[in-house]
Amino acid sequence: MAATDVDVFSNEEKRSLSLGGHVGFDSLPDQLVSKSVTQGFCFNILCVGETGIGKSTLMNTLFNTTFENEEASHYQNGVYLRPRTYDLQESNVHLKLTIVDTVGFGDQINKEESYKPIVDYIDTQFENYLQEELKIKRSLFNYHDTRIHICLYFIAPTGHSLKSLDLVTMKKLDSKVNIIPIIAKADTISKSELHKFKIKIMSELVSNGVQIYQFPTDDDAVAEINSSMNAHLPFAVVGSVEEVKVGNKTVRARQYPWGVVQVENESHCDFVKLREMLIRVNMEDLREQTHARHYELYRRCKLEEMGFKDTDPDSQPFSLQETYEAKRKEFLGDLQRKEEEMRQMFVNKVKETEAELKEKERELHDKFEQLKRMHQDEKRKVEEKRKDLEEEINAFNTRKVAAETLSLSQPLKKDKDRKN
Amino acid sequence: MTTSARYKSRIFKTEDSEDKQYVGFATLPNQVHRKSVKKGFDFTLMVAGESGLGKSTLVNSLFLTDLYKDRKLLNAEERINQTVEITKHTVDIEEKGVKLKLTIVDTPGFGDAVNNNECWKPITDYIDQQFEQYFRDESGLNRKNILDNRVHCCLYFIPPFGHGLRPVDVEFMKALHEKVNIIPLIAKADCLTPNEIKKLKDRVRDEIERFGIKVYQFPECDSDEDEEFKQMDKELKECTPFAVIGSNTVVEARGQRVRGRLYPWGIVEVENQSHCDFVKLRNMLIRSHMHDLKDVTCDVHYENYRAHCIQEMTSKLAQDNRMDSPIPILPLPTPDAETERLIKMKDEELKRMQEMLEKMQQQMHEKDQ
Repeated sequence: MAATDVDVFSNEEKRSLSLGGHVGFDSLPDQLVSKSVTQGFCFNILCVGETGIGKSTLMNTLFNTTFENEEASHYQNGVYLRPRTYDLQESNVHLKLTIVDTVGFGDQINKEESYKPIVDYIDTQFENYLQEELKIKRSLFNYHDTRIHICLYFIAPTGHSLKSLDLVTMKKLDSKVNIIPIIAKADTISKSELHKFKIKIMSELVSNGVQIYQFPTDDDAVAEINSSMNAHLPFAVVGSVEEVKVGNKTVRARQYPWGVVQVENESHCDFVKLREMLIRVNMEDLREQTHARHYELYRRCKLEEMGFKDTDPDSQPFSLQETYEAKRKEFLGDLQRKEEEMRQMFVNKVKETEAELKEKERELHDKFEQLKRMHQDEKRKVEEKRKDLEEEINAFNTRKVAAETLSLSQPLKKDKDRKN
Repeated sequence: MTTSARYKSRIFKTEDSEDKQYVGFATLPNQVHRKSVKKGFDFTLMVAGESGLGKSTLVNSLFLTDLYKDRKLLNAEERINQTVEITKHTVDIEEKGVKLKLTIVDTPGFGDAVNNNECWKPITDYIDQQFEQYFRDESGLNRKNILDNRVHCCLYFIPPFGHGLRPVDVEFMKALHEKVNIIPLIAKADCLTPNEIKKLKDRVRDEIERFGIKVYQFPECDSDEDEEFKQMDKELKECTPFAVIGSNTVVEARGQRVRGRLYPWGIVEVENQSHCDFVKLRNMLIRSHMHDLKDVTCDVHYENYRAHCIQEMTSKLAQDNRMDSPIPILPLPTPDAETERLIKMKDEELKRMQEMLEKMQQQMHEKDQ
């Protein structure tokens, strides 16, 4: 088709047509699915919480496996992030799971800097992706995406409200990552206390403007379950990898002298809800949100910092290439200007130095003249003195000769006198 | 029985003479009992730990009252820069004619801010203040009605969510262990299975020893106590730190109404020894060792403070070159410059006269010889 026809089409209203028979493009989703299955999936979880609050146990419980990890000590100097990548497989679906642990969070006496390593880590992952995107020769389909898709924030079950550290940290993270707050070790809170606790936490989050992840309600298939789950936030979870016999079944549970807390019992805790939401229903949405919202925000801020804009000074839409060209020109222009400046400076300096040298030369010359004159004066004086001296000598000589001739005529007399 | 047998075997004594042998000071304990009941007792207990660990609930459970009726809890954003306050609640309770004036010193805000540097300073200052006040009162002229506000015991709550002691716990206990009797407790123990409790207790005991923290030690029981008591005492010592659970509510369990916490999976009874160590703590704190805690506070911590105070005062005075004066130093406020000068002058005069005296003595001695 001619270029003009295509333009016309895009400006017209799109018409919906009905098909006369089965074409077959309803298999597109299946093609997509089989392609992504062969590619494998990638998911990155960040667990933020105090040492010993149950992060590793919950991960083990969620994924029904034992990820290797050592117990952390309480005496770290600062907060460190420890990412570990695992390859999991269920049916024929491969999952590359990265779990990032915050070691030492909440242990220091002064926790003002605790959130920084976490924010830095998230930004670094975004930066790596951005770099890959901006490369000339890039391989995005092969790229191991390490951007954090979900941050599980573990709240200590005090029963009163959030801790000050929780509030500060979540505020710093809410614009960079999807946050799902969960109440850890929930088997220490009774039902009535839990209800009050959840309300208090949500009201504190809202009143401080912390944006946590909302399960999407625009997709009809999952809208209902998601909206009901949204009301149960934050999830109160209990984790356990130990199996206990209850009745005639063996379930994962915690055995106390007063009863058995079953992990997968919905009336005991919200673990099942969390698993549903996190893994079975919304995993893909979390990845999308990370890419479409948080990463885009980061990218925009970063590029704006570098000086790129979407519109030029005349408010005309600008493409990246044009921006790039403009930037390049600007840069070259800058370079040239700088070169000119330097040259000017050099020329000026040379002139100055020359002038100085000339000045000095003149001074020297003057001095020389002066000295010469002085020298001549002196010479003249000396000459005069010499003349005087010569005259004196001559005069003396003449007198001497005269005296000698006089004394010669009477020398015998004197001798004779003396002999006598 | 043995005494009378002894008497019978040695000397024949009649009933009357036995009465004559009995002096009667065996009634002293009864007299002490009567007097102390009349006078009444007082006890000051401090509770410290992060907010949300169940301190108020435990205090209510211990003394079966509700001390914290209208307290206001701060929000998270208010706590970011919170400073530590010291609040006191005093109640008068009575049981079987024995009156107890109980003072609970609370430390809201401890460990709650984001930056907790030296958050224990207000607490140590408070304890020192009480010591200082008692010191002044004791050295005053009228000592009849001294009010003893010294802190006798500090219950420190360790969160059960971690793997042991945290830096803020260690620093707090090290700052206070020489000023007050510290009893560490593991709070909210209903989130730990029996195995986990044992592991945590061992961990905490190790760390206490490793960091050199001197917590309150139960006194050794005398060798002539009966076996049961000794066994109980041994169990008590092996149980520290106590893992406690508190409750403000009464629930129905096994046909009885008990203090407890109701969960979907069971009921935790506060006073059930297999559920937690609350009973042991109560027995230790109130029923057997309350007086010992007071004694240790008076004899050890207060004396340390007093000695330290006096030493500082004398070192300040010694800096002015005072020779060892024969008069014991009174805890007076440091004298002003004028009086100091006079004292110095008089001292020097005294010294000179002493020297002269010695010389004269020596002369006399030589004369004699």
